[in-house]
Amino acid sequence: MNIIVCIKQVPDTTEVKIDPVTNTLIRQGVPSIVNPFDKNAVEAAIQLRELHGGKVTILSMGPPQAKDALKECIVMGADEAVLVSDRAFGGADTLATSYTLAAAIRALGKFDIILCGKQAIDGDTAQVGPEIAEYLNMPQVTYAAKIELVNEKTLRVHREQDDCYEVIEAQMPVMITAVKSLNEPRLGTVWGCVRACRGEIKLLTAADMPVNYDRLGLKGSPTQVRQIFTPEARGLGKIISGIPAAEAAEQLAQMLCKSIG
Amino acid sequence: MAIRIINEKCIGCSLCVKVCPFAALEMVDGKAVIGIGCTACGVCVEKCPVKAIVNEEEQKFGVVNVALYSGVWVYIEQHQGKIKDVAHELLAEGRKLADELNCELSGVLLGKDVRGLCKEVIASGADKVYLVEAEEFANYSTEGHAKAITQLINDHKPSVILMGATPDGRDLGPRIACRVGTGLTADCTSLAVDVEKGLIEWTRPAFGGNIMATILCPNHRPQMGTVRPKVFKRAAQDFSRSGEIIDVQSTVVPTDIRTKLVEIIKVTTAACNLEEAEIIVSGGRGMQAPENFALIKELADVLGGAVGASRAAVDAGWMPQFHQVGQTGKTVGPKIYFACGISGAIQHIAGMSSSDIIVAINKDPEATIFKVADYGIVGDVFEVLPALISEFRKIKEA
Repeated sequence: MNIIVCIKQVPDTTEVKIDPVTNTLIRQGVPSIVNPFDKNAVEAAIQLRELHGGKVTILSMGPPQAKDALKECIVMGADEAVLVSDRAFGGADTLATSYTLAAAIRALGKFDIILCGKQAIDGDTAQVGPEIAEYLNMPQVTYAAKIELVNEKTLRVHREQDDCYEVIEAQMPVMITAVKSLNEPRLGTVWGCVRACRGEIKLLTAADMPVNYDRLGLKGSPTQVRQIFTPEARGLGKIISGIPAAEAAEQLAQMLCKSIG
Repeated sequence: MAIRIINEKCIGCSLCVKVCPFAALEMVDGKAVIGIGCTACGVCVEKCPVKAIVNEEEQKFGVVNVALYSGVWVYIEQHQGKIKDVAHELLAEGRKLADELNCELSGVLLGKDVRGLCKEVIASGADKVYLVEAEEFANYSTEGHAKAITQLINDHKPSVILMGATPDGRDLGPRIACRVGTGLTADCTSLAVDVEKGLIEWTRPAFGGNIMATILCPNHRPQMGTVRPKVFKRAAQDFSRSGEIIDVQSTVVPTDIRTKLVEIIKVTTAACNLEEAEIIVSGGRGMQAPENFALIKELADVLGGAVGASRAAVDAGWMPQFHQVGQTGKTVGPKIYFACGISGAIQHIAGMSSSDIIVAINKDPEATIFKVADYGIVGDVFEVLPALISEFRKIKEA
């Protein structure tokens, strides 16, 4: 089974702080990590390979330093990693990003399964996976909490809904996005570390792929950021302390009743 | 728009590198250089002390004649013949947008035997309902729904499409946006209209709620966005409103759909439908043990609310994943959110900060959760929760 996993290097948003003076994000010193849901996707791919054989290729679009994220996936046990990087990709929104990744996947060959994380924690859009599937004319199952092979052509996926799981059978090739409860991503092996150190990360630039340059980066992005601002802090609330629980509860209940009418 | 550095003006102060939210700038030989991560957000343009950074118009790909597109559409998500609340919320907001833009509001309803729902859509504010009924729409499928809605868009050219940011809405939206080649803004928390340009200003959180971004889709149509449930309020339904039902013949055939829904596994009760809940009572590490969640459930029960949990409580195995609120769990926006024994990690706050009222109960007065709380009690959850339960019981009975 040939599996490709699309990952993104993201800032660890838990470490992101706002500069109170300039009102901008402080990125310095914020570690870059593999997007957590993407790690679930990598783990799922490795587990499928362990059960059914095949190859796991990791793909990422980003700046040169995204190589570190790709290496982390090799450490986990992926077979190969490819970085898609070019100045021409700068400013891409989800549509231009998925166009580029779909072109890269075409350039890399045929795959039975494309796995992605359900969304990236910096943008939270959950759009790139479905858009890749659209460009490659594949069926998709998003929010996968369980993935099993039914037969050579079909996967069975438990799709996490608000209040239930949908069991969906999908014909391969198929694009699947992973949620956290799909698995527990492994840390990696010593052998993986050795391979990550020795192995080369393959680089694809725009010239290496069948692309229309007008559809890349900013030019190929229908959306435009008008403004970025920090959300208004909530006003300091009414905090009750230093009185017995029963009294505090009574005060709170009254205040709540008043404020919602 | 494209960001460009005017090299002659750049003094190499590196302020732009520091302020860039996307870490897309770096200093090379004493000059700023823009890298692949640039989204042309313009933060650096404002901050540059010597005006060495400019934001220039750039010719975009796939631009359409926007004058040909008009009308606001709301995708009416329904499951087993019941319309999701978020669709009614979007009809209320869509009504406002359509009035500001001086155009019609339409609902798009797909399903099997769902004609009866049209009057509800009209009562919630729509002027028209595009109704596509077929066996293939008995259940949601990405490919069937995407094909039908894309065809409707091509035939009727709406300017704006709103969808709920539900699992299905977020599955379907990008598929359609990609097929018609337009922009989609996900998970919006507020919408506004630039009347002069006829543009929707889509505002959404990013970076785990640390910043907000306002997004436009100026030259492509339709302008699409998904909106989180509970962001907007439903309007009172008016069943005396009249509207037009437009029957649309489906061209979807079974072979268009390469996935099959074979089973639905119900795992939970109403107590965990967090996205639609008006009140949520959540517990965290401070609950100390799984059996103590009985208190959380009891308070939720009394208030008719749902039960949530922090990541710590889910990771410890005290509550199933379905209940997790936060960045790696669910994003919720109830009227009242109770955080009990939750310290308030940024990831948790990212998932609940759009709640109308946040109530925190924690024994540590320094806990971060109190910084976002509208009301708080510093105290032991095991004393405060039983007291609250009996207090609300009294109010309920009165």
